[in-house]
Amino acid sequence: MNQMAIAALKNQYKSFVQSMFDEGVLDNQFSQLQDLQDSSNPNFVDEVITLFCNDAERIITEMNRYLNYQNVDFSKLDSHVHQLKGSSSSIGAHRLKLACVNLRQASYERNKEECVEAFNSIRHEYCLLRSKFQFLMQIERRIVALENNQQ
Amino acid sequence: MDADNKVRRKEVLSSMCEQRARMLQDQFSVSVNHVHALAILVSTFHYDKDPSAIDQDTFAEYTARTAFERPLLSGVAYAERVKHSEREKFERQHDWTIKTMKREPSPIRDEYAPVIFSQETVSYIESLDMMSGEEDRENILRARATGKAVLTSPFRLLGSHHLGVVLTFPVYKSKLPSKPTVEERIEATAGYLGGAFDVESLVEYLLGQLAGNQAILVNVYDITNSSDHLIMYGHQNQDGDLALLHESQLDFGDPFRKHQMICRYHQKATTSWTALTTAFLFFVICLLVGYILYGAAIHIVKVEDDFHEMQELMVRAEAADVAKSQFLATVSHEIRTPMNGILGMLALLLDTDLSSTQRDYAQTAQVCGKALITLINEVLDRAKIEAGKLELETVPFDLRSILDDVLSLFSEKSRNKGLELAVFVSDKVPEMVMGDPGRFRQIITNLVGNSVKFTERGHIFVEVHVAENPKPIDDAKAETCLNGGALISGGRRFNTLSGYEAADERNSWDSFQHLVTAKALQDDASVKMEVADEASQSVTLMVSVEDTGIGIPLIAQHRVFTPFMQADSSTSRNYGGTGIGLSITKCLVELMGGHISFISRPQVGSTFSFTTVFGRCEKASLGVGDTKKSNAEDLPSGFRGLKAIVVDGKPVRAAVTRYHLKRLGILVEVANNVKIAASACGKNDSSCGSKIQPDIVLVEKDSWLSGEDGSMNLRMFDWKHNGHMFKLPKLILLATNITNAELEKAKAAGFADTTIMKPLRASMVAACLQQVLGTGKRQPGNGMLNGSSVLGGLLCGKKILVVDDNMVNRRVAAGALKKFGAAVECAESGKAALKLLQLPHSFDACFMDIQMPEMDGFEATRRIRMMETRANEQMNGDTDQGSVRKDEWHLPILAMTADVIHATYDECLKCGMDGYVSKPFEEENLYQAVAKFFKTKPVSDS
Repeated sequence: MNQMAIAALKNQYKSFVQSMFDEGVLDNQFSQLQDLQDSSNPNFVDEVITLFCNDAERIITEMNRYLNYQNVDFSKLDSHVHQLKGSSSSIGAHRLKLACVNLRQASYERNKEECVEAFNSIRHEYCLLRSKFQFLMQIERRIVALENNQQ
Repeated sequence: MDADNKVRRKEVLSSMCEQRARMLQDQFSVSVNHVHALAILVSTFHYDKDPSAIDQDTFAEYTARTAFERPLLSGVAYAERVKHSEREKFERQHDWTIKTMKREPSPIRDEYAPVIFSQETVSYIESLDMMSGEEDRENILRARATGKAVLTSPFRLLGSHHLGVVLTFPVYKSKLPSKPTVEERIEATAGYLGGAFDVESLVEYLLGQLAGNQAILVNVYDITNSSDHLIMYGHQNQDGDLALLHESQLDFGDPFRKHQMICRYHQKATTSWTALTTAFLFFVICLLVGYILYGAAIHIVKVEDDFHEMQELMVRAEAADVAKSQFLATVSHEIRTPMNGILGMLALLLDTDLSSTQRDYAQTAQVCGKALITLINEVLDRAKIEAGKLELETVPFDLRSILDDVLSLFSEKSRNKGLELAVFVSDKVPEMVMGDPGRFRQIITNLVGNSVKFTERGHIFVEVHVAENPKPIDDAKAETCLNGGALISGGRRFNTLSGYEAADERNSWDSFQHLVTAKALQDDASVKMEVADEASQSVTLMVSVEDTGIGIPLIAQHRVFTPFMQADSSTSRNYGGTGIGLSITKCLVELMGGHISFISRPQVGSTFSFTTVFGRCEKASLGVGDTKKSNAEDLPSGFRGLKAIVVDGKPVRAAVTRYHLKRLGILVEVANNVKIAASACGKNDSSCGSKIQPDIVLVEKDSWLSGEDGSMNLRMFDWKHNGHMFKLPKLILLATNITNAELEKAKAAGFADTTIMKPLRASMVAACLQQVLGTGKRQPGNGMLNGSSVLGGLLCGKKILVVDDNMVNRRVAAGALKKFGAAVECAESGKAALKLLQLPHSFDACFMDIQMPEMDGFEATRRIRMMETRANEQMNGDTDQGSVRKDEWHLPILAMTADVIHATYDECLKCGMDGYVSKPFEEENLYQAVAKFFKTKPVSDS
């Protein structure tokens, strides 16, 4: 009984991740991450996602601060975007990464308006990603809970 | 024309004028002649007879009866010359006195000329003295002096008041000498015959007889006095065409007087009738042309306006279209999330205890939900494409492995249906190409998915060729067309993959062979070719997916690529689907710079072909990027140099098998049947040992079963080899689907080793071979198929430092390395790394991020190298001690970066790094990079 539920949840987890792949929210890198999770490292994905989210939120707040200044310090902005881009690509957040690339481009061109636009799309992508990650983590936790139950 | 007309007018005028003048002159001279005759009559019968034979009555009667002879004369009269001395006698004789013109008794003069005979028309002048009128007197004097008819100047005649002239003729008493002098003439004068020419009415009458008198205006002048022309006929001031006139001289027999006739046209410009019409027509034409131009201009303006309007409408329509697509994209996204929840919950529900009805309901709901998700995904895709949101990636990828992946997706279905599913990629297609692997996979998946859906028997065959020189294909096509008739009429098996007829004969063995052999021929020149190929930046591939399914009805073929249009409504009933897939496929193909087409014959099959343009991988990035085969699976190289014989009666299928084996580095021979294979082995075997001694024999199930006695044949291998030292070749059966009974039979027949289920994939074949050959390199667990265990062997127990300022990256890298058993430490900056790497340290390797704040990866590496150099120098000075631990300090440092450009790689090497790992980590390239350093060292801990 429990086993079936676990299987179903795992199935759902898998198909949800698949849908994220299909939408381009995630790319192959995320499956690499999933591969890295094993019995020796059972919470790896969870952990990385949490790290990522905290980091991303910090960076986004920072970027927001920079963009609100009259004179935008583009080099600072760029280094932050670079950070976010790095994390996104590590976690396989494909669309967020693309949005970061856009912001870098805009910041390279010193175009504030486009920067703001790109930043908004980053924020949007991030929110979307976070909600999806949260959903994933919920499922994950339920699986873990069920598995613990079983044991 | 006008000038022409004028000349003609002038000619007509002159001829008319001349005609009139001559007529008038003739008539005049006739009359003059007659008056002359009268004069002679008077002379003869009045003077030569005694007593006179003429009296007034006789004269009157005679002249009246001969009046028609003198149409120009209103009347004639005879006046006798009477000297003053004879006046009394004369008056007495005639019983009247001589009167002047004013009807008064004549005063005394030297001479008188009283009228004694007169025509009745002019009887009122009888007894009048002609010499009393100035004109007449002068006339008389001139007439008797010359002896000829003379004319007066024109004057108003008595009685009629018409203009006229008086003609006077002298009558002489006796015969004159032959050349009389003037005096003799005067002396001999007996009287004068006179007549009045009523010129006006006479000319009128005369002209009335002639045609065209309306058109012209005639004037007759007496021009004796050249300065003062006297008019005889016509009005002095008449309008008419003054521009053109003609003058004709008249000779009325009086040398003293000169007369002239002047003619002109009544109307001025009758001339311009033609000119006028011409002008009018010209005007009309101008008007019409003008109107046409005006109309055209108006039309152009109107069309332009319309065009602008249309353009605006089009822009609006396009905007609306984009908006629609964006809306669809958004909405689809939003729908998908809850749908996933629904599906997940349904799956959960299905795992609970349900009654059969409930289960049925739930299952139905799940199926519907899945269909809905598929539809939404498709709509989303299409909407994305239409909204222009779809970005194509450009990354290097391995086309062959993608095709294998797609095949594996459908292998289950195709096996169930008993279909042959195969892929063949020409050798000329580069190993790695630049493009969007995901979209390429989508296209292939769509097409193959369709084919699988609509095919119940036969095969589905995916082929990839380089479309750079289409000529051989054309030749081959011509060739097949020739053969085509024979094939069909013969009704024999077709030379396709499965033997079923295919819609597009291009893929039959003839052309296939052509392509393959053409390629083989070019292999000799391949070095040159490659050089040429490298020059071009892109490669165009021709991909075709051939099936032997139900085909597309002819009437539906034109709308195959239209969204939501399936062949017909029954299709969706029978096979499901939305019909959006092909339209997406088409969009994707076009986005990738190619185009798609198909050939389909109902009940025979369809062949979809598309071209697509991929970039070639640059040599440089390949050098680095061996590590970067994001989608490539590492095919094990352990089979290199093995030899295999493929036994297959169908050449196309054999070529496919050979293709997969070749990818594994296996040398392949193809034999048509088992016997040939066996004999080939045997011969080589006996002659010179192991030259073509096969390690593996792959036998197609069909070939095995169709052999008269398969098992016997197979034993031939055993028999041959039993007597020798060589190891037996492994026998492998290739099958699409196989029943248990057949499997048993196969095992009994000698295929103890293994059976490979098709569709073939290089990796799967490799796995099977691995199993069969029991290669020494095989690792426990999953074998060589992925590098993880190998990597584990390499990294296990190693101490590795990861330097990255990004927390997430650090964590991921650490996780990846830990998984392979490495002990990982992290540093979050270059400085921290330097601190940790103070010599001596125990790290075996360092992964270094390049872009870091404060001190970047290059700088950190340079400093580490500096430290190492210093330490090494010290050691060299102190050799004995230094050699205890290691020869030299040299920590392998690998750069981690997302850039794959060549310059970065160069920079890495320049600052002393040893290699390059793409970030984020991927097992394969991590393995490749790490292997360089750790391979040589014994793997002690595995």
